[in-house]
Amino acid sequence: MPPHIYGTDTIVRRMRDVLFALAPAFVYSIYCYGLKAFYVTAVSVLSAVFAEGVFQKINGREVTVGDLSAVITGLLLAFNLPPDVPLWIPVIGSAFAIVAVKQLFGGLGNNFVNPALAARAFLLASFPAHMTQWAAPDAVAGATYLARLKGESGFVPQVSDYWALLFWKEGGCIGETSAAVLILGGLYLIARKVVNWRIPVFYIGSFALFAFLLGRGSFFSGDVLFEVLSGGLLLGAFFMATDYATSPITPGGKILMGVGCGFLTVIIRFYSGYPEGVSYAILIMNLAVPLIDQYIRPRVYGKRRRAA
Amino acid sequence: MAFTFKRGIHPNEQKQYTENVPIDLLLPGTGSEMIYPLLQHLGKPCRPLVEKGQKVLLGEKIGDSEEFVCAPIHSSVSGVVKDIRPHLTVVGTIVSSVIIENDGKLTEHESIRPRDSFEAHSREEILAIIREAGIVGLGGAGFPTHVKLSPPPEKKIDTVIVNGCECEPYLTTDNRVMIEEADRIVLGLQIILKVVPGARGVIAIEDNKPEAIEAVRKHCADLPGIDVAVMETKYPQGAEKQLISAITGREVPSGGLPNDVGCIVNNVDTVIAIHRAFFRGRPLMRRVVTLTGGAVRSPGNYKVRLGMKLNDLVEMAGGLICAPAKVVVGGPLMGTAIFDIDVPIVKTTSGVLFLTEEEAYIPPEKNCIRCGQCVEHCPSGLIPTELNTDILRENGEMFVRHNGLECIECGSCSYVCPSKRRLSQAIRTVRRVELAKRGR
Repeated sequence: MPPHIYGTDTIVRRMRDVLFALAPAFVYSIYCYGLKAFYVTAVSVLSAVFAEGVFQKINGREVTVGDLSAVITGLLLAFNLPPDVPLWIPVIGSAFAIVAVKQLFGGLGNNFVNPALAARAFLLASFPAHMTQWAAPDAVAGATYLARLKGESGFVPQVSDYWALLFWKEGGCIGETSAAVLILGGLYLIARKVVNWRIPVFYIGSFALFAFLLGRGSFFSGDVLFEVLSGGLLLGAFFMATDYATSPITPGGKILMGVGCGFLTVIIRFYSGYPEGVSYAILIMNLAVPLIDQYIRPRVYGKRRRAA
Repeated sequence: MAFTFKRGIHPNEQKQYTENVPIDLLLPGTGSEMIYPLLQHLGKPCRPLVEKGQKVLLGEKIGDSEEFVCAPIHSSVSGVVKDIRPHLTVVGTIVSSVIIENDGKLTEHESIRPRDSFEAHSREEILAIIREAGIVGLGGAGFPTHVKLSPPPEKKIDTVIVNGCECEPYLTTDNRVMIEEADRIVLGLQIILKVVPGARGVIAIEDNKPEAIEAVRKHCADLPGIDVAVMETKYPQGAEKQLISAITGREVPSGGLPNDVGCIVNNVDTVIAIHRAFFRGRPLMRRVVTLTGGAVRSPGNYKVRLGMKLNDLVEMAGGLICAPAKVVVGGPLMGTAIFDIDVPIVKTTSGVLFLTEEEAYIPPEKNCIRCGQCVEHCPSGLIPTELNTDILRENGEMFVRHNGLECIECGSCSYVCPSKRRLSQAIRTVRRVELAKRGR
């Protein structure tokens, strides 16, 4: 049966590119937080791989840890954890991500929510104290910028604060040390065509638009640059919302996913009890993906546009 | 800017083996067995016009029928009819065939009469000559050309496209034919335009064939109403529907034909066959075949007599270096794998690939990761992985609702899939089942 030849693209090549793209952020986090960031990340990755291998072995399935997808899940989970969590946190989180979220639904490509984000939400609900203990890079425990924006009336970011977001950092998750390295990694993935540009561009773009329109306090006054650079937005837009299994498969659907994430992130950030809304925005949009895929489809050649 | 269609892929071209190899003429050996299946086109089969033991001459009609959608079969050698019996064809079907022993003399039949010009002939005469010459679409589909050139009167044709895209990897016959016989393509197109008055002629060539573009341009530079369209090199640029939208911006409606949007598309070699039928009076008796692949000793483009057996061609062309892992008739993306090379070359055989183990290797299938590559590249705007899921759930109804019948079977989805899923293979199979259920 034709075709008798296939292209050279593989799952492993794509996953390897994602790891390359995340590497600068990983190295930078060690620079900022020291070895504790390394330990949390290593434990998270190893437990994710271990959980996948053991689960598949027990169930008599083919062990597919070689496809590197579990490594990415472990890495992304660690990137969404504070550097000071006790090491059993990533173990539980990774096991939950791999077993409960990914493998129980059929493994690679079949999970309906992002494993790393679902695990983060699970950990946040179960161990809130550990999950919100932020250490600034200078080892002074403190509130994140997003918490200050929400809690401190009269907090106005200075130029030095923007630089801090770009290169050094406020207290935050391991993967959010520097906006600059995340942008670098994201652009690499888009250039390598591992990630389609539509989700990150429309996520960040619509987020910026809604943040400006709604403002904090008064309309048309949002500090767009500060909002974009802070928190988990860039990590989420480039690496989490673009997860293949949990994002729409069609070009139009990807645009809708991006806009939906952007809108929900602003709403949660500005009007909820949480300082940050990226994780929940993406998780909510994950749930809408099957519906989006059903209705937002390319126009079929020789036919008028019509929903299936 | 080169013309192009939406989406599509850039496969590894693999044309370097044969694109610069001039066409070589191979005549069947004296005493060799020639096999003429009585169905080499889309449409009704022919009845044999000869009997066992009868002597036949080169160019003599040996099969025909009264049906309109049918093209006659001619003997491409002179010799004796040895038998009329079912024989295996290149596409795996078994078809009643006339078997002729070649006497090697190539004595011509009296019906071969060259003409000096086509201008004096009427539209009806031209169509009759094309039909009598047994000309069918040589690009692969094999639809009788006289039928294609006789659209219903309410369909106004304004564009005649000559398809020289040859977007399948490995194949280079169209490229060589355009380089070596450009003048005949232009003349052949002029004959077609006489049948379809008022239409403009467009010769479409992909930009990876600069020599062919140059050659054809030279011959139509002074002709008003005939242009060369340079196409982006992209697969499947040569697919009829994609080519039409690339050039005219019109889409052939679902279930419709090119003439619904005022177009007729013919392959370059078909146009040359029309030229030959006119100016040399010869029916369709030969074609150019690309013989290539890693297992072939001397890959090349060969002008061969129809009816010649594939194993004879391979032997005459220098044989094989190693046992092929797979033999494919046609291109690697849409061609058919065959299990026996004791089959005749027919009107629609554009190439034969003898692929090595390495070339034919397809890695094992993995889970779909929903990367969306198949959607991004499907020229028909389908969601191949969704169709594959419908198939795995044995849900033919959903398959049809998700527009599975609109697939053109180009294979792009499978080619780009990082999980190496057999998308096109599954869709092709189920599409045919569903079409058959609907009597199409």
